[in-house]
Amino acid sequence: MALKASEIKVGDEHTEVVADNLTRTQIVQYAGASGDYNPVHTDEVFTKDIAGYPSVFAHGMLSMGATGVALTNYVGDGRLTKYGVRFVNQVWPGDTLTATIAVEELREEDGQHLVDLTVSTSNQDGREVVRGTATARIDA
Amino acid sequence: MSVERFPVEAGHIMLFARAVGDTNQIYYDEDYAKTTEPSGMIAPPTFVQSSAQFEPGYYLRPVIGEPWFGSGKESTGVERESGGGGGGGLHAEQHFEYHRHLRPGDVLRSVNKQGETWERESKRAGKLKFSESITEYYDQNDELVITARSVGVQTERPVDQG
Repeated sequence: MALKASEIKVGDEHTEVVADNLTRTQIVQYAGASGDYNPVHTDEVFTKDIAGYPSVFAHGMLSMGATGVALTNYVGDGRLTKYGVRFVNQVWPGDTLTATIAVEELREEDGQHLVDLTVSTSNQDGREVVRGTATARIDA
Repeated sequence: MSVERFPVEAGHIMLFARAVGDTNQIYYDEDYAKTTEPSGMIAPPTFVQSSAQFEPGYYLRPVIGEPWFGSGKESTGVERESGGGGGGGLHAEQHFEYHRHLRPGDVLRSVNKQGETWERESKRAGKLKFSESITEYYDQNDELVITARSVGVQTERPVDQG
């Protein structure tokens, strides 16, 4: 269902858990689907011994993709016109991620109603992992 | 990374949706997808990143018959220069602009250009070297469908988790 400009307002929020106890297997699935086979995401031996991290960690794009689930659930299918993020902290196996989408501005461009959103995803310790913005087409 | 031919396929979209934890049936069920606003299957918003699968010689995909830097019998298959990240750095930013959403049957090609580079000192990882790249994805009709801007970072040492 598409959002309607008449039914939302600045400050509205949509919050959704987008990963619950993130598994190494899901990270492997992401590697397989995306084609990013960097061993720091799937190879615990390499990551500890060579890369110098305590364990494998998720692709930044997995956290962006998971955050995108909350985004498309909120704005509807095929409605996004822009989506961008910064990866501010790494995501580890066992993390539970909660995405919050907030309405920043409602505007009109060439007769098309648009909503500008802020996007923030945090882990179970309240540490932000992804921070960004998005824009979507909405109905009047 | 430029790609000559990236065919967008329904099965790939399904695998990608599973991997990001998306249960929206528009990515799994063509009959359901016909009942949605786009009137058919589309790809999730970050799907285009999997163009890496179609990039010849992509450095983060093992090449059959050649050594791979991930572990086998030993912790690494090949000697690599030291440095944080282990696999050529970390992803710092990613931005997409959608001119339209991808559908199964699309055949994309991409044109990549390097953007700016800059450096910054960080307490958690030493010297950070950032580099930006812009990728334009065109469809089978030579229309621009997605513009992507990516920022990568090479860290001097692994990021301190404290």
